Amino acid sequence: MISCKEAVSRLWVYLDRNLERVREQELEEHLGLCRHCCGELEFARQIRERLRATAAGTEIPPRTRERLERFVRRLSGGGTGP
Amino acid sequence: MVCERGAMMSDLFEQMIRPHLDFLYSLAVRLCGNRTAAEDLVQDALLRAFRAFPGLRNREHPRLWLTRVLTSAFHDRRRSEDPDASTLEVDTEFDLFDRITEEDPFPYSDRVHLDFLDLFDDAKILEVLQALHPDLRAALILAYLYGFTAKEIGAILDRPLGTVLAWLHRARKQLERELWEYASTRHLLTSRTEARV
Repeated sequence: MISCKEAVSRLWVYLDRNLERVREQELEEHLGLCRHCCGELEFARQIRERLRATAAGTEIPPRTRERLERFVRRLSGGGTGP
Repeated sequence: MVCERGAMMSDLFEQMIRPHLDFLYSLAVRLCGNRTAAEDLVQDALLRAFRAFPGLRNREHPRLWLTRVLTSAFHDRRRSEDPDASTLEVDTEFDLFDRITEEDPFPYSDRVHLDFLDLFDDAKILEVLQALHPDLRAALILAYLYGFTAKEIGAILDRPLGTVLAWLHRARKQLERELWEYASTRHLLTSRTEARV
């Protein structure tokens, strides 16, 4: 069985679904027997969730949208717009 | 005839951009860390995209291409602003989970690791993100905020898959280190512990 250090080094890649099949099976076998690494897997999952949540709150303010849309129209030769 | 073709090209460009404007702005805000710089970056990217658009062969999936243009503009900017930022040292041995276990900052908790993460609201997570090296931050943001696969990130950053996976690993390690440093230097851990004693 792979060591905890080796298992931990694969956790994020595992969550990203980028592990090769054999390495994934080795990790899952380890996780089936190791509570510590299961805890670390859940911790990695939680950090990913926290990161994902920060994509919110970046909506374009209306005036910025107007400026950017005007910029696109100018690039496209549509003048300065209304 | 040439003018007609140019006008058609411009219309196509405008049609292509519109559905992706929100996404481009959102990504720019997270890359730059503030809205003023983000707007400048989006304008820069739009100009670059417009110039490159006539030579774009595959227009079926513009999101990836536009992300590449914007990310490239971001990297060019930060290189011109801070050429020394290319030096990068990351302690890849650091393990936040183990550090929390060893230090046990919440001795009365049975969910100590999650309690640690609860110290960070979105604003604090964003502060920590901004402390990361720009190359690593960009990879992390593309992967975990916007859901691009490592292969797609390779296409966006023009790097082989192995390099992207290595960057993501280093990015995660630097993030773990910065989370710990943030909590330690702002006394978030000691104040919690003392409050419960």
